Parts: sequence; C-alpha cells; structure tokens
Amino acid sequence: MPLLDARDVHSGYGGMNILNGVNMTIEANEVGVIVGPNGAGKSTMLKAIFGLLNVNQGEILLNGDPIQNQPPNRLVRRGMGFVPQEHNVFPSLTVKENLQMGAYLKPDSVKRMLARIYDIFPPLYDKRHQPAGELSGGQRQMVAMGRALMPEPDLLLLDEPTAGLSPRYMNEIFARVKEINATGVGILMVEQNARQALGIADRGFVLAAGQNRFTDTGAALLADPDVAKSFLGG
Amino acid sequence: MNELVFFINNVMIAGAVSGSIYAMGAVGVTLIFSIMRFAHFAHGDMMTFGAFMVLLLTTLFPSAGSAIGVPTPILMMPPAMALTACLAVGIDRTFYKPLRAHGVKPIVMVIASLGVTLMLQGLIRLFAGTGGSSLYVDDRKEIFRLPLPIEGVRVPVVITEPQLYLFALTIICVVALHLFLSRSRLGKAMRAMSDNPDLAQASGINTNTIVAVTWVLAGGLAAIAGTLLSMDVTFKPDLSFFLLLPIFAAAIVGGVGHPFGAIAGGFMVGFAEALAVFNWSLLLRPFRDSLPEWLSLPSNLAFVGTEYKIVVPFFILVAILVWRPTGIFKGKVIT
Amino acid sequence: MTQSHPPSQQRADTVAAPRRFPLRELLLFLGLLAVVLVVYAAMGPAYGTRMLVESACYAILALGLTIQWGYAGQFNAGVMGFVALGGFCAMFFSIPVNDAFWNSELPGELGMALLYMVGAIALVIAASRLNRIGVPRTLRTAIAVILGVVLYMVVISNFREIAGQIESQAGFIGGMALPVWFGWIVGGALAGGIGYFIGHVCLGLRSDYLAIATIGIAEIIKAFLKNADWLTRGTATVSPLPWPIPGPSEVGFTLARALYLSVTAVIIAVIFFLLHRAYNAPWGRMIRAIRDNEVSAAAMGKNINKRRLEIFVLGCILMGIGGAVLASFNSIFDPQGYLPLNHTFLVLVMVILGGPGNNLGTIFGAVAVYIIWIMSGPLALSVLEWAAHFGADTFGWDVPTNLDSRALQARVFVIGLLISLVLRFAPKGMLPEKVRHHG
Repeated sequence: MPLLDARDVHSGYGGMNILNGVNMTIEANEVGVIVGPNGAGKSTMLKAIFGLLNVNQGEILLNGDPIQNQPPNRLVRRGMGFVPQEHNVFPSLTVKENLQMGAYLKPDSVKRMLARIYDIFPPLYDKRHQPAGELSGGQRQMVAMGRALMPEPDLLLLDEPTAGLSPRYMNEIFARVKEINATGVGILMVEQNARQALGIADRGFVLAAGQNRFTDTGAALLADPDVAKSFLGG
Repeated sequence: MNELVFFINNVMIAGAVSGSIYAMGAVGVTLIFSIMRFAHFAHGDMMTFGAFMVLLLTTLFPSAGSAIGVPTPILMMPPAMALTACLAVGIDRTFYKPLRAHGVKPIVMVIASLGVTLMLQGLIRLFAGTGGSSLYVDDRKEIFRLPLPIEGVRVPVVITEPQLYLFALTIICVVALHLFLSRSRLGKAMRAMSDNPDLAQASGINTNTIVAVTWVLAGGLAAIAGTLLSMDVTFKPDLSFFLLLPIFAAAIVGGVGHPFGAIAGGFMVGFAEALAVFNWSLLLRPFRDSLPEWLSLPSNLAFVGTEYKIVVPFFILVAILVWRPTGIFKGKVIT
Repeated sequence: MTQSHPPSQQRADTVAAPRRFPLRELLLFLGLLAVVLVVYAAMGPAYGTRMLVESACYAILALGLTIQWGYAGQFNAGVMGFVALGGFCAMFFSIPVNDAFWNSELPGELGMALLYMVGAIALVIAASRLNRIGVPRTLRTAIAVILGVVLYMVVISNFREIAGQIESQAGFIGGMALPVWFGWIVGGALAGGIGYFIGHVCLGLRSDYLAIATIGIAEIIKAFLKNADWLTRGTATVSPLPWPIPGPSEVGFTLARALYLSVTAVIIAVIFFLLHRAYNAPWGRMIRAIRDNEVSAAAMGKNINKRRLEIFVLGCILMGIGGAVLASFNSIFDPQGYLPLNHTFLVLVMVILGGPGNNLGTIFGAVAVYIIWIMSGPLALSVLEWAAHFGADTFGWDVPTNLDSRALQARVFVIGLLISLVLRFAPKGMLPEKVRHHG
C-alpha cells in the first residue's frame, strides 16, 4: 500500500481550479519531488494534500485512508507534517518553544524528539533559547523542518525549503532532507532547484498547467532529454 | 515636607491605583487583539459586569466575608470572575464567532463589540438602576492613615483597604500571567497563535480552545479590575465608558499584542493622568517667599482640570500614533 | 513561484446592470409612509411633524456616516462629538449679543489671552526648529519640551483667570446675532477641521485606531463644551436658539415645524444631489475602486490616503451641519444632552440597517430607526409596567419605583441587539449597495 496516493486531484482558490487532475504516488520511505514552471500548481498540490485548499474532485489516500478536505490539525494527528514556504516559524517564540509547538498533540514525546531534532540540526541546540524571528533564513528553515518533524510524521511536505537560501545552506538542507528520509520519513517536496532536487528523488513529478507532464524516478527524469529541454533549462 | 506627602497621596498612590486598573484591562484587550485581531470595545462593560456580579453576591450574602476575615466583596470575586469568564465565552460564541466564521473585516468585529457594549450596559442598568451603590454592604471600608516619622509632617499618607488589595492582586496577576505565557503548554500555544495563526493550526493547535482560553483570561482580569475599582470608589453602571480610552491608549502604547507592554502602558497612562491633574503649585508653595515679586504663583497650576482628565489618554494615544504606531516597545506589527 | 492566480475573470460584470424597476425601494418607502401616517393619526400633526424634522436632521448625520463607512469603510465612533460641535456653532453665531460682556474690558483681556496663546505656540514651534541653526537635536527637543510646558502653564493660568472673570461678571460671552445659516456652515467647517486632524493621524493605520480616536475626540469635545461655562454656559444650557424661519409663536406649532421640515428637506435634497453627482464622477469611481480593491487601486498609482482623508472630512462636515440644524430645531444647546447612545450609536444603526453606502437606503434607515427609537420608550414602559403588574399579582414582587428611568435603559439594550442582529443577518442593510467591479 502506498504512503500517499493522490488520484485525479482537482483543486484551486475560490472555486477556480488550478489543478486539473493530478496523480501522485509515494511509497513509504521515498523522497518525491515536484518540479515544473511557475504557475504549474506545485505549491497548490501540497496545500491541497494538507487540507489548506478544497479538493473539488478526486481523492487523496494516506496509508490507504481517504484524507481529502480534512482540516490540517487532523492530518497532523494522522501523521502528516507540512513546512510552508514562508511564515513557517513563530517569530516571537524561542527555538525550543517552536519545536514544542510542533509536538502540541503529542506532549509525551517532546523530550525524546527534541533530542533527535537537535541531533539532526546541531545549530538549533546552541540557539534554543533565542527567538526564532532573530535567526538567519537557513536556521529558520531548520526550525520549521524540526517543528514539522516533532510529532513523528510518516510523511513530510516541504514547500520550496531552499528558496532564497545561499548555496551553502542549500546543500545543507538537501543533506538533511536525505538524512531525515533515512530515518523512515517519507518526503514530498516542491523545489525550484530542479536538478539538485531530482538528484535525491526516488520519484519526480513534472507538473505543467495543473497536470502531470512526466512522472518517473528522479534519475530517469534527469536523463530524459525532453524533460531537460523543457523544464531543466537544457 | 507636607507637600511631599500631598504628592505621594495624589500622584504616587492615585497613579498606581488607576495604573493597576488600566493595566489589567489593557492586558485583556491586548490578548484579545493578538488572538482575534480586533479591538474589543465591550471590555469596559465586562469589567462593570464583573463588579455587578460581586455586588449581587455580596448583597445576597453580606456577612460571608467576616467568617474568614476578608471583606465580603473580595471573597465574592472568584465566583464573579468565573461568571464573567463564562459571559465572555458565551458572548464570543453567540456574537463574534459567527462573524469570524464569515471572515468579516476586523472593523466589523469592532462594531459588533459596540453592539455587545450597549446590550450589556442596557441589561446592567435595567437591573442595577442608573445610580451608584457601594460594594461594602456589611463591611466597613478601612482607611489607613500612616503618619510619617519625620519632624513637622502633619499630613499622613492615606491608603485604603481596597487599594492594598488592588496592588497585591495586580502583582499576583502579572506574575501568574508571566508564568502562564512562558511555562504552560496552553500559554505557549496562545503566543504561537498570536504569532502565526495558520502555522498554529497546521501544528495541530486547536484554535477554538485558544480563543476560549483568551476570553476566560480577559474576562477574569476584567472582573478583578472592575471589582477593585468599584470597591475603591463606588459601583456605577456607566463606569466602563470612561475606562475605554485609557485602556486602549495603554494597550497601544505598550504595543498591541504585547501583554507586558500593556501593563507598562497601563501604569504610564495612570501616572500621566495623576501628574497632569496634580496641582503643582502645592509643591512650589514652600518656595513662594523666595520668588521674585513679578512671578506670583497662581493657586491652580494643574496641567488639566480633573474634568478634562480624558484629554490625557487621548493625547498619549495621538502622540503614540503619530510617532510610534507600533508602541514604545519592540512589539510586533499587527496589521 | 508556483503561486498561481486565477486567469483573468470575465469582465461582463464591469458593465452596469440594466436599470431595473426599483420595486424594493418603492415598497419600503410606501411602508414607511404608512407608519408615518399612523403616527400622525395617533399622536397628532404637531408631534408627527416634529418627529419628521428630527429624523430629517438624523438623516443628514446618517448621510455623513454612510459616506465614511459605506463608501470608504472608515468607522467613525464619535459622531456625537461632531454633532455637538455643530450644535455649538449654531448656538454661538445665532443667539443675541451679550452686552454685559462686550461693554466691559473682558473682550480685550480675552483677546490678549488668545494672543498670548498664539505667541506661545509660535515660540514652541520656533524652538522645535532650533536644530536648523546648529543646536544639537537632543538639546533642541529638551528646550522645546521645557519651553512648551512652561508656556502652557503660563497661558492656561492666564486663561483660567479670564474665564473665571467672564463667568462672574458677564455670565458667558454670548452670541454673535448672525443669521442662523451662518452658524450651520461654520459648524460644518469646524467639524470638518477636527475630522481633518483625526483623519490625518489615523487613516494610514489600522481601521480600529480610527474608532478609538474618534470615541476619544467626541468625549473631549463634550467635556470641553460642558465645562467651558464662559463660552457655552455649560450645564446651565442656552435657549432659545433662533430659527431661520418663522417660529411656533408666530405661525403655530404645526406650520412652523412644517416650514422647518421643508428647510431640512431642501438641505437633504442638495446633499443627495451633490453626492449622487460626485459618486458617478471620476472622484466617486476612484473612491469605489479603493473600497473594492485597495491593493490594485494603490498599484494604479492612486493616492489612497488623500482620497480617504477627503471622504472622512466630508462625512464630518455633514455631521457638523446635521448637528447644527438639530440644535437650532430643538432651540436649546445642552452639552450634557449629547450622549453616545443618541448621537453615535443611533446614527450607526440607521446606516447599517438602511444600507451602508446607499444614500437612499440611509435616508430610509434614518427615518425608520428614528420612529422606532421615539416609539420604543413609551412601548418599553408599557411592557415593563405590564410585566411588573403581572409579577406583583402572581409572585408578589416589589415593583421598583424608578420604572420609567429603567424603561429608558431598555432602549440601550434594543439598539445594541439591533446592531448585533443586522451585522449577523443583514450585513448589507435593507437597501444593499450594489458593489460593481470597476476597471
């Protein structure tokens, strides 16, 4: 049974569909990467999966159960984590408090998970008493990912985690995503750095105009001359 | 030295009294603002309601307090706080929540809260009449006159029993609020929601619970402030309208959405009022004889008369809106 | 960026809808007419006409608020202050000259006090510019503040002394004995000036701040008018105020009031016509564009804050005029009679019930709500009396003695309930303003 199975998803803002029948399947422990041009509906897909947008047609299964149109807090309970692209930390809360908020529904596992997050993102341990709003962009991204990992999700959704980061942090984030995936968390991320992202992807989805254009393993998409020509800048 | 005692009585104590009241009101307003993003105009009437509940309970059981040695109104405060908290949550469920669900603009919520203000005022006046009544039904209001042990000082420092309770309870409330917001899971969730409501929801925080907790806190604090104010002066149904401006000025001075800023703002407004209506010629009187002939001191050297006291919070409000709309502390900008 | 925007919408709705027959308007106004006739039949023509004149005055206030709230989304919670200012001007310019004041030295002294005030202001402004001649900024601020405090004290003590002398020697400074309409116009101008000040401070900020600030300014205006006995006689009130047309003593109550009604009707008609013209002119289109979509209006390079300020000031001017006309009609200036309930919230209910931004709806709301308001007092009293008798008979209650004053409080509750219900169930009012999309 796949971890996430989205079939024929139609969704968008205010009754206007941006996604017109998108399919996406990820097995447990896989990294899925969504790439595509601006306006293709990449972020929209993540938001539809996480219940932030109405799914007007189609269905989304998590571990075999339908989850479309459920409120985000219920999806967190079911084992899904979401890191928005912007506004993804609580700026006036300290790093530690940010992480604690992530495990709001699982107060018992806070201690154990805090240790694990500090393990994955060592810089956060040193800054744990600092308000998240005072951190650099890369560190903020770490806080955001850590917060989403606190409730031990099966599937983590990342919306452009490297947007606006320097190359050094970008590599760091990709390495961490790989590391998190190695601990058994399935990942679905939207990325602008298509080549680098597809390099770590088990599955790649190329979207255009709200529909699947290509779907294959990351390596196969990178090797495909059509994909390279149209979507990876030659 | 007598002049100094005048100053202590009329500025230090009076300023601290109104400052405490404003601070407790402003904390509620700022909490509601940071969670629900609108200026809650019915806050003053929640204070009046709390005081009215105490009045009702005290009239029912006038001698309950003497059994344990506190004034009855103090004893009746916890149940009144609970009732006010229930009222606040109930008002939110009935009047504000449906509008929120419709996604109306904050200013429509402001108008809705004005509607609630009028309803509460109408009900309280219907039942309590329009006149004033003392919360001390069976007890006697203790007034302490503390003579200073200094030669030549005849005027004592005057402080009343409810004022002492007010100072003590203000300190307790501030400490408790600090512990709640910084240590407890709910308190942190509240701050999280004020920072970023969408992310709070995405983290699994139940926003309805947080909204209810906010109303309980605001209602409880409003009941304390209203009761102690009514004990110190007297209970009046139209108490609230004159509190509104100083409370909002305090919340904005402190930086909206900033509970401790609101407390500081409350005391600032309180002391500013006391300083503005204080007759400064009292302090200058000892130097009267040494002043040159052409500079005769007028008998009234107050900045504003007591009848124009409301100008002070307004002036502070306008000044802060012109120079630092985000408040004097580095607060978040809630737009 | 994958944040997609919906493809450009069809622009069919930019074309104005075809003119439909105004059935809803017609029915509502016919219903209103029937109610007015019932009141005339039940209470007599003099009472009915008075009610109509007062509701016409309120309609002017409501038009002022509907411009601010309905056209531009600005919530003015201090209508009372502007109404009181208008009332003061109507009083000050129209009542007879007080010879006891003008024949003494007091006018000269008052003038001197005012001159001192101007001088002090000029000095403080000059001090605040000291940095231009090389004085360090912190020092300049300190000098300006200290100078301001000292001069303020000097001026205010001087002023208090003269105000006291005026009160003891002449009562108050009296009026100007100018035509009534002059006071009405100045009332509007003064209210507009205060509105400019408040709007200038608040309109760039969150909309809540404007509500707070206007509540404050209204209370301050009232406090000033109530306590400045030398200017307004304070709680002693000033009456009678002259009418611009023959009064009741010359032509009888009903006719005089009917004449006054025609004056107010002309004023409303003029305001209505001008607003209609402005609303459909480029200015009005811009206002509506700002209301409907502030971001895109700003993107088109329109000066939003300036337009907003114009709207706010215009609304305040109407409130000032309405307040002046109302005070002249009542023929008494009583600063204590200005209450937030009667002069702010009642107007608010008129606007949101009638249809914010819809002038016709606002006028309907004003007349309808005023009738309810006037009738609710006696109605509430009879309900309460009935309840009290019922209670006394069945449960042996002690009937409270101050029943009428408590019945009046029921109106406070009713207005509050009305606001809540309208916001919840008819947020666009009885005659909703049609929001069209503009290019």
